[in-house]
Amino acid sequence: MKLFKIRGGVHPEDRKHLAANQAIEDLPLAPLLHVPLQQHIGNPATPAVRRGQRVAKGELIGAAQGPMSAPVHAPTSGRIMGIGSFPAHHASGLSVRTITLQPDGEDRWLEGLEGVPDPFALTPEDVAARVAAAGIVGMGGATFPSAVKLNLRTKYSLHTLVINGAECEPYLTCDDRLMREHAAGVLDGARIMAHALGVSRIIIGIENNKPQAQDAMTGVAAPYPEIRVAHLPMRFPMGSEKHLVQTLTGLETPARGLTADIGIVVHNPATAFAVHQALRQGRPLVARLVTVSGAAINRPRNLRVPLGTPVQHLIDHCGGFREDPAKLVSGGPMMGQPLPSTRVPIVKGSNGVLALTATEINAGPSSPCIRCGSCVDACPCGLLPLNMAAHARAGDLEGTVRLGLMDCIGCGSCSFVCPSHIPLVQFFNYAKGEMAARGRAKQKQTETRRLVEGRAERMEAIQRAKREAMAARKRDTAKPAAAAEA
Amino acid sequence: MLAAIGSLSVLGLILGAVLGLASRYLRVEGNPLTAQALALLPGSQCGQCGFVGCGQAAEALTAGTAPPTVCPPGGRAVAEALASLLGKTVDLAGVAEKAPTVAHINENLCVGCTKCFKRCPTDAIMGANNMIHSVFADACIGCEKCFEVCPTECIEMRPIAATLQTWFWPNPATVTA
Amino acid sequence: MIETANTSAPYTHSAASVQKTMTTVILALVPATAFNLYLFGWPAVFLFGVTVLACVGMEALALTIGGRRLLPTLGDGSAVLTGWLLAMTLPPWAPWWTGVLGAVFAILLGKHVFGGLGQNLFNPAMVARVGLLVSFPVALTSWVGPHPLFWTGTPGFQDALNITFGGQIPDGFSAATALGFVKTELSRGIPVSQSMGHLPDLMDMGLGLRAGSLGETSLVLILAGGLFLMWKKVITWHIPTAMLGTLFVVATLGHLGNPERFADGTFHLMSGAAFLGAFFIATDYVTSPVSKSGQIVFGCGVGLLTWVIRSFAGYPEGVAFAILLMNSLTPIIDQYTRPRRFGRTRRGEPLAPQGEK
Repeated sequence: MKLFKIRGGVHPEDRKHLAANQAIEDLPLAPLLHVPLQQHIGNPATPAVRRGQRVAKGELIGAAQGPMSAPVHAPTSGRIMGIGSFPAHHASGLSVRTITLQPDGEDRWLEGLEGVPDPFALTPEDVAARVAAAGIVGMGGATFPSAVKLNLRTKYSLHTLVINGAECEPYLTCDDRLMREHAAGVLDGARIMAHALGVSRIIIGIENNKPQAQDAMTGVAAPYPEIRVAHLPMRFPMGSEKHLVQTLTGLETPARGLTADIGIVVHNPATAFAVHQALRQGRPLVARLVTVSGAAINRPRNLRVPLGTPVQHLIDHCGGFREDPAKLVSGGPMMGQPLPSTRVPIVKGSNGVLALTATEINAGPSSPCIRCGSCVDACPCGLLPLNMAAHARAGDLEGTVRLGLMDCIGCGSCSFVCPSHIPLVQFFNYAKGEMAARGRAKQKQTETRRLVEGRAERMEAIQRAKREAMAARKRDTAKPAAAAEA
Repeated sequence: MLAAIGSLSVLGLILGAVLGLASRYLRVEGNPLTAQALALLPGSQCGQCGFVGCGQAAEALTAGTAPPTVCPPGGRAVAEALASLLGKTVDLAGVAEKAPTVAHINENLCVGCTKCFKRCPTDAIMGANNMIHSVFADACIGCEKCFEVCPTECIEMRPIAATLQTWFWPNPATVTA
Repeated sequence: MIETANTSAPYTHSAASVQKTMTTVILALVPATAFNLYLFGWPAVFLFGVTVLACVGMEALALTIGGRRLLPTLGDGSAVLTGWLLAMTLPPWAPWWTGVLGAVFAILLGKHVFGGLGQNLFNPAMVARVGLLVSFPVALTSWVGPHPLFWTGTPGFQDALNITFGGQIPDGFSAATALGFVKTELSRGIPVSQSMGHLPDLMDMGLGLRAGSLGETSLVLILAGGLFLMWKKVITWHIPTAMLGTLFVVATLGHLGNPERFADGTFHLMSGAAFLGAFFIATDYVTSPVSKSGQIVFGCGVGLLTWVIRSFAGYPEGVAFAILLMNSLTPIIDQYTRPRRFGRTRRGEPLAPQGEK
């Protein structure tokens, strides 16, 4: 299959050998599961259970709020211990509303969960509705509600579904293992999604460091001429959806737009597999594959983890730490988030838990920029990271935006290559966050102005009414007096 | 010689007349900058700047007697906008961003005196005589007017807690590694 | 201990570092420098040592004045490299104070006045070279021919100390550079075609057996160093190729137009600091454009200006001036050669969507 060149990118050591040959293992249940009500982009779910209630595996415990949301289901059978605040799977260390579940050890599925004999007989709307009800979100880490993406056909004319099996982040091997061990399921899920999107062409892109996954997918796709497996060159960030689409089709997604703007929708293999399970078996999303790796982990593994399992439980299962990690990371090392503690639960978007040593991270102290231009060559988006960071450092955030801050995908290629170890990505994350905060402040200011004006008008009206009442009283008192005089 | 004096005098008279006419017919009422500065200010007349209201602060800004950092609730964003409007440079690093706060009423102490909600510039306090009052955090601008008048000191200014949606990475330039 | 959230991703980094880059460049300079130190004898060794030490000393001084920590910056090798490059562009038997004063020009005026490493608009070594040249034209244009170490007729250790620290080049040693010779002859009315006949042959020019600056003469070794840097991915082909290519093309065109007045392209390439400048000075990260297309523009500019200055200006050599002039254009070149942003046209507008209903 003919591929197209993309700009920039880097070649980090992939270090996938640590976990790539470990078959998927089921993680035993933890004593307590903490299931956050928000594991997706959009509105958080609202609790659908009470404290003390017994639930079966797959039972709805958090209902979606509006279309940009996703429901949450019980990862196993057990008793609801409480609904409260619990540390989130997030760099901030903040807490979010979380349902705590005590497993009863039976792991009993909810009765009446049944698949559809022929998903292709369903209307696209039905498929999307079932995907929404199963709580499926983008499992590559973006956690965008998948049903919303399946409904894009109403607004865009689509022609291709791309399955993003690039897995370009170092260490991570869960998509690789999934495609090797459940190729048929992934393919079936992809075909169901293509049906929902109303497209026939499916391209499955897999990087060349996963030859077994490529072979497995090619094998199961053989009967379908409209499905092709593309062998992608190894380069980060091949898994960035816009860059993947460009590599596969040569089409460039407009800035600030969606790949749907050029008729393409991209989904992750794990999402496809979740769709397969939701449609064929009627099972909602209650577990996911997580790669536990890094040089500080005793036995790197690929685990099937019930959502809500504390990270510590995964680490214990993998033999604990070989040495104290310098950093505990959720996701890949290029774009992952640092984990504030090992108490936090696994959520729908967590594809990896990495315990990294200082040698692996190789973060030096930062020194002045020598304008070597490595970051400019590495940037897949054609930006000038060195100039953007200089503006951000000087406090000129508007300047950073003018240079294309909002086009930055935060892939980390610039920080990776920077010989001066300048925290470029953090400058951009800070600038993006600060700009968003200013946007909110501005909105609040407009709102405040409206309130103030409303109050001023009301005060004015009250004053006027008082004056009029006074005048009326004067008239009233004057009138009888005049009448008396007459 | 005479011709030169004459022609220059005539030229001076004509240009003087043009200037005079221009100043009469093209006169600008007030300073247009004041209006623009006023538009940038929050408009809540909270008085935290030390002026009576936002209008007076805007006048002081354009007159140069108040620095662009005059508005505490506006924070860094307003200071930056004002500085660029007035063509001034402003050392934002020196202006430690005051964490935005909202008022919170301790319901055990509130006696329902209505003093606070009468003072609130944004109608963010809800209540009635002898009833416990409460604050709409979304509408509260943290001006502290209610805080000042409460007779039972039951109002507390609480910093707005970050959420997963509003949290963002700190500026690496100010973080000491 | 697990460090909590205070640095964002990425949590893996390439092995590149400023120190490693500087060390690689220095390593690439070693063969050409060693050969030339041998070729010009003890005075050159002394001058080289004085210049490098003075630059490191000035860097330490500037850092102390600025209240910054010495080690991280001194250790990155940038001051050593600046001193090294400056020494390579001085006449080999120039007096010691040229090196010290050059260090003041380079490190204090050329670099720290702008804010230190990475902030300077002009290449510090070239600032010093030009500053010295216009201030002390005699000392900076007193050339000698090759006098290799331990050869008969070469000044010994004692004599060399007298030359470098006493400031007197003994009679009978001075020689002219090829560029200087051609220029002088031309000013006496002798056409280029005639004066060219008195120059060393191409072989000697290429090997470096000629009069010239302390480190510029051996084209073969400089080229080898440059290729080493490209192999190590420290520099790319863009600036050297653009500069040398432009110099060769315009010189050839000039020569074809008027052979009596203009020397040919090969002569321009092989004489003076063309090679040293192309591979080691114009490629300085801090003072050259960051994008590849900008680097081509920059290289072409340096090549063209070098020829113009050599052919029309008062000075026989123009590489230093040309590089400084183009340094001043670097910000504007950067401005106009920004890469195209993903999903946008060259002008920055988003591409037109195609799939919307």
